[in-house]
Amino acid sequence: MQIARETLLRSYRAMRTIRMFEERLHVEFATGEIPGFVHLYCGEEASAVGVCANLTDNDTIASTHRGHGHCIAKGVEVAGMMAEIYGRSTGVCRGKGGSMHIADLACGMLGANGIVGGGPPLICGAALSHKTLRDGGVAVAFYGDGASNEGTTLESLNLASVWQLPAVFVVEDNGYGEATAASFACAGTQKARAAGFGMPYIECDGSDYFAVHEAAGEAIAHARAGKGPVMLHVHLQRWYGHFEGDAMTYRAPNEVAEAKRDHDCLKLFRERVTQAGLFEDSVLDEVDAAVTDEIEAAVLQAKDAPLPQSADLLADVYVRY
Amino acid sequence: MSKKSFRQAINEALRQEMRRDPTVILMGEDVAGGRGGSAGTQDAWGGVLGVTKGLYEEFGETRVLDTPITEASYIGAAAGAAVTGLRPVAELMFVDFVGCCLDQIMNQAAKFRYMFGGKARTPLVIRAMYGAGFNAAAQHSQALYPLFTHIPGLKVVIPSSPYEAKGLLISAIRDDDPVIFLENKVMYDVEEEVPDEPYAIPFGEANLTREGDDVTIVAFGRMVGMANEAADRLAKKGIGCTVIDPRTTSPLDSETILDCVADTGRLVIVDESSPRCNMATDIAALVAEQAFDSLRAPIRRVVPPHTPVPFATVLETLYLPSVEKIEAAVTATMNHRVTEKV
Ligand SMILES: Cc1ncc(C[n+]2csc(CCOP(=O)(O)OP(=O)(O)O)c2C)c(N)n1
Ligand SMILES: [Mg+2]
Repeated sequence: MQIARETLLRSYRAMRTIRMFEERLHVEFATGEIPGFVHLYCGEEASAVGVCANLTDNDTIASTHRGHGHCIAKGVEVAGMMAEIYGRSTGVCRGKGGSMHIADLACGMLGANGIVGGGPPLICGAALSHKTLRDGGVAVAFYGDGASNEGTTLESLNLASVWQLPAVFVVEDNGYGEATAASFACAGTQKARAAGFGMPYIECDGSDYFAVHEAAGEAIAHARAGKGPVMLHVHLQRWYGHFEGDAMTYRAPNEVAEAKRDHDCLKLFRERVTQAGLFEDSVLDEVDAAVTDEIEAAVLQAKDAPLPQSADLLADVYVRY
Repeated sequence: MSKKSFRQAINEALRQEMRRDPTVILMGEDVAGGRGGSAGTQDAWGGVLGVTKGLYEEFGETRVLDTPITEASYIGAAAGAAVTGLRPVAELMFVDFVGCCLDQIMNQAAKFRYMFGGKARTPLVIRAMYGAGFNAAAQHSQALYPLFTHIPGLKVVIPSSPYEAKGLLISAIRDDDPVIFLENKVMYDVEEEVPDEPYAIPFGEANLTREGDDVTIVAFGRMVGMANEAADRLAKKGIGCTVIDPRTTSPLDSETILDCVADTGRLVIVDESSPRCNMATDIAALVAEQAFDSLRAPIRRVVPPHTPVPFATVLETLYLPSVEKIEAAVTATMNHRVTEKV
């Protein structure tokens, strides 16, 4: 499938933005200025971006604790995200949610999630809304290999099939749930699980943007056409610890280095589009420079932004009470 | 006797009980960690905050079981194993995750004995972290002990120090009923002298951590330390406080609370759980019903507002009880003047 130039450039920018956002957080977290838990998405950028390039604001996604990439890919504003992670009142959740709860319903982003397996049931509901309201939307659940073992996830696969929902279940398989390998924790295969619930299964290499884009395009088109849910299994590697502060003693010392060398989605993307003569390196360099500035500005703004006020503590528990 | 952290005290209790009784097993997500990993490391984590570190090495994979991320099935498995001969200690990590497995606790483990006409024993311990103060936000900061206290058949333990943690966990493991053992995540590095040998602190027996004549303060878990500090500051101003650490919310040592209120005539309750239907309301009801005539001032509660736990530090600090808030409540109760009804 031919991907429009604009889409490619937008996707490259989104992937670069995620990479720089996360690498900057890694540095800033180490200074002690960022409160709470931070789970980085570095290395997995092509998954969020390749999937979301097939979606519009009318479509819905649900994310995970490792949610920054999904947010950026779905169009959540970077400065607002950074401010949220710093706990500022200018954050997308006004400093009340933090890294694990960034949400922006206006662009169809149902939220990162602190609860593993929290997203798939919500996506059944979002898909039901799309189906009932006939708005043409599709709902996509991102969840990890670890989350694929939660009852909520398995029940959602069944429900989505029973209700023939316009839903896509994206298993982001980075081989680990915390410090435990998927090879230990996941019985059988994701493919067999999809078959068990009567839904099509597609897998792809998550470091290849083009592969993800194509596989996700097929899955989303299937769901959008009213043919029921699909499972998309994306093979990935995470480049940092489970959360910031994890020494990763459970991974072979060369594992991450090799992932960076051989499975860097940005490097692979650049090679492919420049070799195909689609873009000059200079065009991509310009994007990199622009993103560098954007992240720098986001961090400076976040650090400077006002803290929440005491009245905010009691606000927004209910719509009306 | 040596200085031990809250974390070490819990680790030692687990280790000693596992040595004593081969039916004691441990299970949970990454209680060892590293299974299947490319480094072949064993015991990579020992729990997310390192509380169970080293137990896998000593007891191996048949006694320390890493589980998939699947709370409903492993907490339920622990309940099933408990009722059929093992003595499992299951770690739920953050107590907030009880949302994923409440049925197995509430409708299964808690009810076996009564429902089955007294025929079942369910020696199950569920360990979990609770509490705000970690910027862990709304889904990782709750203090859900009132939820468990509400359910007949469960026992609920909230240790307030390393010494308490070791003795109470040993009792929890030896207990034949399901016990929810809640560890405040902000306290893991708190240290104090803890005996090296095993010892058991009985359930339902409150501990008086301060004694004074003017005001009774009842506090739970991490709040006990704050109440002690408030009491020490108030003592310098001539106000004497008795601080009660009930240790367990179920069973609750209501006798000690009523006795102290009879002596002081004033009561402040410090509870970091959400304020509706929490321990503070429960104890206020107890005292209003059974010690009304001893009261010389309205009961005061130092509790968070009825909101989820916010992320930003400024808001989280406002949310939680504090030494200052306890002091203010005690002072207010001291300043209360009884107006005679006509
Ligand atoms: C219900 C629940 N159980 C456990 C956790 C703790 N936890 C947070 S992330 C995580 C691992 C998730 O693994 P996976 O789904 O593979 O996602 P990844 O971290 O690899 O992106 C665990 C166990 C949680 N947040 N929620
Ligand atoms: Mg994973």
